[in-house]
Amino acid sequence: MIPIFMFIVCAALAVAGAVALIWAREPIHSALALVLVMIALAVLYLLLGAPFISAVQIIVYAGAVMVLFVFVIMLLNAGVEERTNFSKLAIPGALLGLGLLVEIAYWLARSAVGKALANGANAPSTEVSTRDLSEMLFRQYLFPFEATSILILIAVLGAFVLARKDS
Amino acid sequence: MEFISQHPVLVAAVVKIAVLLFIVMTALAYLTWLERKAIAHIQSRWGPYNVGAHGLLQPLADGIKFLFKEDVTPPAADKLAYILAPFLALSLGLSAIALIPFGPPSRVFPNGQQMFSVVDLNIGLLLLFAITSMGVYGVALAGWSSNSKYPLLGGLRSSAQMISYEVSLTISVVGVVLLAGTLNFNELIGAQSGYFHLMRVIPRWFIFPQIVGFLCYLTSAIAETNRVPFDLPEAETELVAGFHTEYSAFKFAMFFMAEYANMITVSCLATVLFLGGWLSPFPDTGIWHYQNYLPGAGLLALAVYCAWNTVSEMRGIARLQLGVVTLLAGGGGLICLYPPIAAAIQGPFWFTTKILAILFFYIWMRATLPRFRYDQLMSFGWKFVLPVSLANLVITALMILVWPHVRHG
Repeated sequence: MIPIFMFIVCAALAVAGAVALIWAREPIHSALALVLVMIALAVLYLLLGAPFISAVQIIVYAGAVMVLFVFVIMLLNAGVEERTNFSKLAIPGALLGLGLLVEIAYWLARSAVGKALANGANAPSTEVSTRDLSEMLFRQYLFPFEATSILILIAVLGAFVLARKDS
Repeated sequence: MEFISQHPVLVAAVVKIAVLLFIVMTALAYLTWLERKAIAHIQSRWGPYNVGAHGLLQPLADGIKFLFKEDVTPPAADKLAYILAPFLALSLGLSAIALIPFGPPSRVFPNGQQMFSVVDLNIGLLLLFAITSMGVYGVALAGWSSNSKYPLLGGLRSSAQMISYEVSLTISVVGVVLLAGTLNFNELIGAQSGYFHLMRVIPRWFIFPQIVGFLCYLTSAIAETNRVPFDLPEAETELVAGFHTEYSAFKFAMFFMAEYANMITVSCLATVLFLGGWLSPFPDTGIWHYQNYLPGAGLLALAVYCAWNTVSEMRGIARLQLGVVTLLAGGGGLICLYPPIAAAIQGPFWFTTKILAILFFYIWMRATLPRFRYDQLMSFGWKFVLPVSLANLVITALMILVWPHVRHG
């Protein structure tokens, strides 16, 4: 009963945060709403039996990425956003969003998890330990993992070059 | 009643959190007293002396003062963030302490609940870093929402400092995680039991193989909690009071308490990771068995000192107050001498002793060292502490690769 209760609360918080993120006119309020979404998602990961991902979600997104967002907004002292009446991109945007939603629903219904759920089985609730996760990451998926780290290194070097003062 | 019987873990956790909260809040209050007293004595002053014997009621008086002061909200402030910031700072600071085990997991209540820890998580260390990494928001939001120049500068400085030192703080403890092979606090402490082979007197605490990591951790922790010599965010001579300049009354007190709660959290983490947590530094064989009576003996010694001080120096109401302290210490000491209780409180006793040692180090630093300059602080963090902790991590990993038996546990 408690997991269902937690799911409803956190899902509602995530949706409310996402709406507030778009609705807020103050950039810092938008950033805070995004933090709320991140934390609600972290709790949802926890309910799905992925405590490591949940903690990393908070450390990386809420604790590092969003802190930098807030820091930069403060540093630039960004003003209150102006609200326009209607954007021309709203209609294609809404259509694209709807299309993506249909696509996700379609593929989820065809996937193994979706079929198991449709047959009334409970979602898999085995807790994945940090050890299992790292063994997968460093054995089965070693190449993509290392490739990603090289990608990140390139991004860091790129930021370094862009921020360098011309002498 | 039905709910309580259906969710024993939840109910036990709530009760334990309530007890822990009470203890931590009291400890916070008396940490301020200890700090003022210790700094005063280092600087040849008396410190708080008049409110209660030896100023023992000073924290209570300060608390009442904060409750009744006028709570000013600047009209130009961003209301939402201005009110949210102190709540975030304090609640994050306090909730991190709930993850710490204060005693061995083998001590359980008759219903199987652990006595000295609220939860026993496999990702305890990660979750603690998750909570403390959110701590920047309190400071950053306070600085921004006040809509005033000194808080903004203080908030920016403080955020930059906390982001910078968080990196080396996290990296400096990875060496310990590699040696222990776990993120669970109880297993991390368990991996430190026993003694090194050489002389069989040095306990296998991680501070010895990871001394570089420990020094990096301690430096980053002081910077992360914005304490002297890294208290740039509230450099009085430049920024009035930094990010909390515009805060008054109890909202200011909340930032104040959050700072001390963070100090306790990082001290707990240092104790768990490097100083063997609730493990005793002595073996538990033969004559060493008498160490169980140390807490009781210590309290009785305190009672004797208080009694002597009451009779020889205190007059009037102060004599009565110190008399009460004497009775409490004496009674507590006698209870702690009862063998089953003496054995049960060994874990929390050693844990508290180690935390107090680190907290005293903090206070000692504050009384001794001058403040860094901002550019010195940044270059020290990025160009010295971070490379050293990275090198420590690489060397530790190499050692484990070459000699796998250096791993503990």
